[in-house]
Amino acid sequence: MSWEPVIGLEIHAQLQTKSKIFSGASTAFGSEPNTQACIIDLGMPGVLPVLNREAVRMAIAFGLAIGARVAPRSIFARKNYFYPDLPKGYQISQYEIPIVGKGSVRILLDDGTVKEIGVTRAHLEEDAGKSLHEDFHGMSGIDLNRAGTPLLEIVSEPDMRSAKEAIAYMKTIHALVRYLRICDGNMQEGSFRCDANVSVRRRGDPIFGTRCEIKNVNSFRFVERAINFEIERQIDVIESGGRVDQETRLYDPDGNETRTMRSKEEANDYRYFPDPDLLPVVVDDALVAAVRESLPELPEARRERFMAQYALSAYDAGVLTAGRELADYYESTVAAANGEGKLAANWVMGDLAAFLNREGREITDSPVTPAMLGALVNRIADQTISGTIAKKVFELMWNGEGDPDAVIARHGLKQVTDTGAIEKAIAEVMAANPQQLAQYRSGKDKLFGFFVGQVMRKMQGKASPEQLNALLRDKLAP
Amino acid sequence: MSKFHTMTVARIAAGLRRREFSSVEVTRSFLDRIASLDGRLNSFITVTPELALAAAKAADARIGGGEAVTALTGVPYAHKDIFCTKGVRTSCGSRMLENFIAPYDATVTRHFRDAGMVMLGKTNMDEFAMGSSNETSYFGPVHNPWDLQRVPGGSSGGSAAAVAARISPFATGTDTGGSIRQPAALCGITGIKPTYGAVSRFGMIAFASSLDQGGPMAVTAEDAALVLNVMAGNDPRDSTSVEREKEDYARLLDAPLRGLRVGMPKEYFGSDGLDPRVGAAVHAAAAELVSLGASLVEVSLPNSELSIPAYYVVAPAECSSNLSRFDGVRYGYRCKEPRDLMDLFCRSRGEGFGAEVKRRIMIGTYALSAGYYDAYYLQALKVRRLIRNDFDAAFNQCDVILGPTSPTTAFRIGEKTDDPVTMYLSDIYTIAVNLAGLPGMSIPCGFADGLPVGLQIIGRHFDEARMLNVAHQYQQATDWHTRLPAPFA
Amino acid sequence: MSLSKQDVEKIAHLARLQITGEQIPGFAAQLSSILTFVEQMNGAETTGVEAMAHPFDTPTRMREDIVTEINEREAMQSIAPAVEAGLYLVPKVIE
Repeated sequence: MSWEPVIGLEIHAQLQTKSKIFSGASTAFGSEPNTQACIIDLGMPGVLPVLNREAVRMAIAFGLAIGARVAPRSIFARKNYFYPDLPKGYQISQYEIPIVGKGSVRILLDDGTVKEIGVTRAHLEEDAGKSLHEDFHGMSGIDLNRAGTPLLEIVSEPDMRSAKEAIAYMKTIHALVRYLRICDGNMQEGSFRCDANVSVRRRGDPIFGTRCEIKNVNSFRFVERAINFEIERQIDVIESGGRVDQETRLYDPDGNETRTMRSKEEANDYRYFPDPDLLPVVVDDALVAAVRESLPELPEARRERFMAQYALSAYDAGVLTAGRELADYYESTVAAANGEGKLAANWVMGDLAAFLNREGREITDSPVTPAMLGALVNRIADQTISGTIAKKVFELMWNGEGDPDAVIARHGLKQVTDTGAIEKAIAEVMAANPQQLAQYRSGKDKLFGFFVGQVMRKMQGKASPEQLNALLRDKLAP
Repeated sequence: MSKFHTMTVARIAAGLRRREFSSVEVTRSFLDRIASLDGRLNSFITVTPELALAAAKAADARIGGGEAVTALTGVPYAHKDIFCTKGVRTSCGSRMLENFIAPYDATVTRHFRDAGMVMLGKTNMDEFAMGSSNETSYFGPVHNPWDLQRVPGGSSGGSAAAVAARISPFATGTDTGGSIRQPAALCGITGIKPTYGAVSRFGMIAFASSLDQGGPMAVTAEDAALVLNVMAGNDPRDSTSVEREKEDYARLLDAPLRGLRVGMPKEYFGSDGLDPRVGAAVHAAAAELVSLGASLVEVSLPNSELSIPAYYVVAPAECSSNLSRFDGVRYGYRCKEPRDLMDLFCRSRGEGFGAEVKRRIMIGTYALSAGYYDAYYLQALKVRRLIRNDFDAAFNQCDVILGPTSPTTAFRIGEKTDDPVTMYLSDIYTIAVNLAGLPGMSIPCGFADGLPVGLQIIGRHFDEARMLNVAHQYQQATDWHTRLPAPFA
Repeated sequence: MSLSKQDVEKIAHLARLQITGEQIPGFAAQLSSILTFVEQMNGAETTGVEAMAHPFDTPTRMREDIVTEINEREAMQSIAPAVEAGLYLVPKVIE
């Protein structure tokens, strides 16, 4: 029996405004508990919300980026439920008329194909506080610093058919919100969170199975694992003659399993109704136009442009456009490298990425600037140095030794293209290794590499590799 | 100088500015009256003599220095205990907030503070403003100064009684379905509920957010206008506050009524519940306005009788949500030794709220719950539109609408407490005004068996100055508003 | 609409209101009579009538994205029923 999973995601992206969505308290992460919870965030009697214009602009930007209709008039509603980290006993959210309507994004799958995933809607709402479960004499502690932080809840259509697709979609949205500079995407800090709706059906069945919602899975890896676990669980239930119950489940990363949080019967009756403290959010054409004007080039368009303009593969272009800062860095590098797109791409994705990764630095924090890396690429292209020497130059630049020309000069790393010098080194190596020479000449071709290495070493790596190869092949010939 | 209590706000303010007397003298005199007389009324929940005298002293210094003196600097007032007052208990008439010291000032409170006015204390009210008789207060019922066995009306019953007994020159009220106008009528004073959005709701503890509106309760229309000048104004902290130019509500007081078209809704005078003596007093008042140059036109508000049903869905729905914040976690009443989270919520709320508040929360919860939303809440919002349309049509034919404020005079304490629906019917004439967001006011227009009768004036949106003009002209020609209950003379 | 004992219990639970067993019949009767009363409006012809959630149909106010609030934790928590280490304490939250 062949089963097909059906997956939809609800992503909560914290919008990176300075102040909260309905109050003037700071949204900075990591402060002492309750020091950023003002009277409004605390739901003191008599307080009222006033909407943050920037949060609205950010939602519009997202809507435009996914080709959605931005509602000219959207409504804030109250979602009523009791929870200690929900100060007012209701969350201000949007229900019937969200600010962002139907749109879509295109995701790139591993096999290089592109799939369109529908976005049902995206709406503005306020975040809740946090319950801390360290034991205070059997009590929990409530921190309301996060309460009132603006969220954009992005709801997808059930268009994904595997955990891999779900992750690709999630990464696409993650890249998009960061491109738009509306969310920092920090999953550890909870700025980008995901709930997954998962069901399975027999392949070919036109009707969806009963779905389960998996709450708050907060890394790409865990989302993939949680979905895969849930798919297997549901298949097991059905194949052993059972029925999947509609319920909310919680992923436990330690045990790599999902477990029941609440059943459909226990589901909340949220009693949504229009928030009488807020009037309709009116977005006029001028505001939409202004936001459209400020939109950056979006990842997908940029990816396609990179492929065309710099002759990159879909894979390379995809990696380089995954982040706006990385793509900006790459383009600056290419500009400084006289358009050497592919070579620049190799360096950005290769050595630079490795160094950044090793030191845990962000691209914006790289000691090697795009100008320096571009100059390095130029020196490779014009054969001043070899690729191997370039790695050494890169490391020296990374360690603060300045631009590549200075490094090459200071350390005498200029490539040797003088035939005489190379021939002299070859002669010395051949003289020092008669045994290997004999073996080579009797047919052990593999030893060619040994001679290349020896000569390169003798020349401290500075020989032009092409020249060295040609001359060596000639000299070694019997 | 012990006759301050017979003075209007305008007279006290003028005397202070002329330095005929000091704010400390005035304030002390009212504090003395509160101390000696309020035992019979129970109109105050909290009296703040030290703060009042300190504020009076500061006001005197301000007047003495001649700096930043406003029209009402140094005038004492009583504040409904629904407005947050920083550092002073703000109970909202509830056990839930019995010990709640507000950590901030309501915008209205700040306006009074900035104007150099003197708060005497916080007045009694129906719990969370839910009531029409002041009997739902956790702090006990308020007694009507005209007959201590009777209710003062509600929910601003403490404010109405305090002004009627002249133990405060004026008081604040809030009006969600008649809570300024009905107690003003039952206590024989002047009260105005401004257009929704004219007075900031920030810091005014919410009952039903789309209906609540604060306003002044005073002896005369002129006083109400002067106080409204301080209370009203656009507030960036209230999204529903209307962005309009600051206006002088007293500007039309002296205008003649010649040419004024007064609408008389036929539905208001035919209903069974209307005490004929009240109807007669209202007709007499209409005749008085005619003698002042106005003309009467019959208008129709065909959906009037649907206003109470619609209101008792909309208001409870909003209140059920507004009162969810009282959960025993961050402030307010918390039950002893909760077993678990559910117990904390249920018992704190179960013990902290009184019966009427619980009833309304439950009605609202039910009306919003899955499966009932369309039939109750949505239908009520549609009826609300019909009611609003009725007024729009009526105002094509007239400038103000006249009618009774309450179908009866003050009823006896305990008379209606067993039957919520009967109690709700006492708001039949006032509720539609809130649903439509219109301004409405009540002024005294006679007596029936020694109990005051209230006349309601309803205006177009933001037409308070016109309504106050009508009320002021009427008060220039009559003396109902100057009468004082004998024991408090 | 006549509410049963179970209806009242369900609503009270949804609203997180503890009401005792002997209070239930009283609430059931009162709530039923209020609901019956408000059902008068069901007779109103409202087909095609737009719901009116608010007195005015003006756009909501928006504020600039500026941090205006300061840390007032001490003042806020001085009126709290139970706090420790800057946190509001509640019976254990179980997810």
